[in-house]
Amino acid sequence: MQNKAISEKIYCFHCGDPVYSDLFQEDNHEFCCLGCQSVYTILSTNNLKNYYKYNDHPGKAQDKKAEHLEYLNEPKIAQKLIDFQDNEYTHITVYIPAIHCSSCIWLLENLYKLNASIVQSRIDFTKKQAAIKFKHSEISLKELIELLIAIGYEPIITLQDVVKKQKTVNQNSLVRKIAVAGFCFGNVMLFSLPEYFGFGAIDKEYATLFNWLNLSFALPVLLYSAKDYFISAYNSLKLKQVNLDVPLALGIFILFLRSAVEIIAKSGPGFSDTLCGLVFFILIGKWIQNRTFYHLSFERDYRSYFPVAVTSIQNKKEQPKAIADLEVGERILIRNNEIIPADAILLKGKAAIDFSFVTGESNPVKKTLGEIIYAGGRQLGEAIELEIVKSVSQSYLTNLWNNENYKQYKRKFQTFSNSISKYFTIVLLAIATSAAIFWLFNSNTDKAWAAFTAVLIIACPCALALSSPFTLSAALSIFDKNRFFIKNTGAIEQLAKIDSLVFDKTGTITSPKSQHIQFKGDLKESELQAIASICRNSSHPLSIQIVNWLKLDTLKSIQNYQEIPGKGIQANVNGNSIKIGSANFTKAKTEADAGSRVYVAIDNEIKGYFSILQPWRKDLSTLISDLKTTYDLHLISGDQDKDREVLQEVFPTSNMRFNQLPQEKLNYIQNLQSSNKIVCMIGDGLNDAGALKQANFGIAISDDINSFSPGCDAILEGSSLNKLPQFLTFAQDAMKVIYFSFIISLSYNVIGLFFAIQGTMSPLFAAILMPLSTITIISFTSITTHIYARKNKLKSS
Amino acid sequence: MEMIYFLIGCSVFIALVFLGAFIWANKTGQHDDTHTPAIRILFDDEEPKSSDEESCTTVK
Repeated sequence: MQNKAISEKIYCFHCGDPVYSDLFQEDNHEFCCLGCQSVYTILSTNNLKNYYKYNDHPGKAQDKKAEHLEYLNEPKIAQKLIDFQDNEYTHITVYIPAIHCSSCIWLLENLYKLNASIVQSRIDFTKKQAAIKFKHSEISLKELIELLIAIGYEPIITLQDVVKKQKTVNQNSLVRKIAVAGFCFGNVMLFSLPEYFGFGAIDKEYATLFNWLNLSFALPVLLYSAKDYFISAYNSLKLKQVNLDVPLALGIFILFLRSAVEIIAKSGPGFSDTLCGLVFFILIGKWIQNRTFYHLSFERDYRSYFPVAVTSIQNKKEQPKAIADLEVGERILIRNNEIIPADAILLKGKAAIDFSFVTGESNPVKKTLGEIIYAGGRQLGEAIELEIVKSVSQSYLTNLWNNENYKQYKRKFQTFSNSISKYFTIVLLAIATSAAIFWLFNSNTDKAWAAFTAVLIIACPCALALSSPFTLSAALSIFDKNRFFIKNTGAIEQLAKIDSLVFDKTGTITSPKSQHIQFKGDLKESELQAIASICRNSSHPLSIQIVNWLKLDTLKSIQNYQEIPGKGIQANVNGNSIKIGSANFTKAKTEADAGSRVYVAIDNEIKGYFSILQPWRKDLSTLISDLKTTYDLHLISGDQDKDREVLQEVFPTSNMRFNQLPQEKLNYIQNLQSSNKIVCMIGDGLNDAGALKQANFGIAISDDINSFSPGCDAILEGSSLNKLPQFLTFAQDAMKVIYFSFIISLSYNVIGLFFAIQGTMSPLFAAILMPLSTITIISFTSITTHIYARKNKLKSS
Repeated sequence: MEMIYFLIGCSVFIALVFLGAFIWANKTGQHDDTHTPAIRILFDDEEPKSSDEESCTTVK
């Protein structure tokens, strides 16, 4: 209990956080807390100290919450979590957000050194996943998870493991199609080369062979690589719509048809080279467009927030039960730090519910017996007993999430290339037919066929199909580097159209992490030094914040240091007894809206208190004034209107709403949309989930992008919120790039059409024009996108 | 010049073998994770004898 004050700044050997006490030492290494030290002990006794060799401070700060993992012993629940099980081995893939460096990989792949029953563990670094194979007769799933927690790699176990189910399979088959198309393209180019330079008289016999080889290489491209375009075009036509795949599929088909006809009739070399090149390029465009972030998930629902199981009380016996199986009327036991999975009535115990998950507000709410507690809150303090009044999927918040309203409401949103393709196809067909009719009237059937097919070939919107993917994926990676993670390329187009922005308050425009401290009261310099010296010895987050805020270097020696968990700390300095802690502990008189306050009492006399406020995010006022001129700004908060006066200076009064329930937030967005606004919602908590989904573009603010965020279109790291105006302008600029490249690709088409309608287009001409336009578009889009990024200060030159 | 038929046959065959190898690699999931193996190869096999030596392999 008693110790010397430390005066030099030391960093934890395990996690690199500053060390505030010398309580935790081992092998001449200092640790910030018991958690970090115990991880070190496990690793050093198992000869795994290499972990600390690959990187300095490879660990993550340990804030362990007592977790009850009994449910992992229930076979019914465990069955849902594991991948595969045979007589001897069990395979499981877990998501571990703490994976961040090479030491993590090394340690987790050496799990067998800690427990020989773990046969194999493989880490996928980008997905932050560990695939573990273990002997279930020797180590249970629960023990395995406990082992991972003990070494500081707590897996996140949810039933909706969205991170696991990525579209990798899809992208893999696309890669194979690209490989086949590329293979055929290369070979066809080889056999077409003699044709480009003109065969000598002797080599004519090879021409037929080469043409037939080319045609046979074009066949797998048509039937396998380009398959999806035909399917997509067919599906689109069935719905009486015309997407960009229709003219593409038409062009590909005509290319093959004309090549086959020419080669069989021995009238020409055909267009196999153009066909293979075209398919190869558009598939690459598609691959670039589909590239996503494997480590982020945008499709989360309530199941990723809630625990897998809770303790149910049946016939006075406690038993873990999967939350999906909970029935109305059932009794459940919620311990400290557990989440309430369904709307329930409080039956027993003192409930202090932390709704920060739901509302972003971190002060716990006290509930009395018989009161309904909504799902999503986290119990702090003693264990409580509840009776479920609504099943999990019918509870207030989850119900909102599954709301039929926005299930039916499909965002009417057409990408630029899809909306243009209808007109494009009509004009294309009109030109082709009129060229054909013109030559038919001049009774030249050959020319009519040649012109008709040539128009469809040359105007095949290959460059157009590439302009969107290349521009938007370049933009996507620029957003990515600025910590703004957008779901997919299509979402950028939607972002460019936004005209209204709706902000949530708590956790969105205020920052939950970097808290702001104020001291109310009167203290002398020497007293402040005493406080800093005492707080330095405690590892409580509030003490650490106070030490950091006071920034005092001169320290006093302290005696009789004591820390009373959950209450405060006390010590004697120069004969004065100093108490720092809660109002209860220091015997201070509390006011109603006390919030997070730390009181200071010297010799039992209250000297004042530190109040911890949630500050506005950095540069908020510049952000708002930048946005105010171009966008319609709104603020909806679930909180009291205590900040109304401050916010009035930035937000228009009529656009501010306080005390909003989640459903009201959703309705607010709906109202804006019905007055033809294109709305972007910026929020963070579960209570914004409905609004985020309803909005045309939903941005979830998160201070740790690997932690859970509600389903949305984009995840924005809190520290990048001040760049929002640049992001919006840049999205619009990206659209400008697409329009420009569309004009460029159209002018290529016009040049090609000039020859095509005359029926004089040679295969060589097509083989040059097509790649030329493609390369122009790719270089134009990537260069201009980066120029715009620099203009918007999203990229340093 | 008949040799050209044979040579074309050979070249196409070899190219097909490589294409087949690529598709096999892709199907067996060898392209699923391209990042981790690059780090994994840098780990030492054996525990260094004196464990107090300062680290010189900083891999990130």
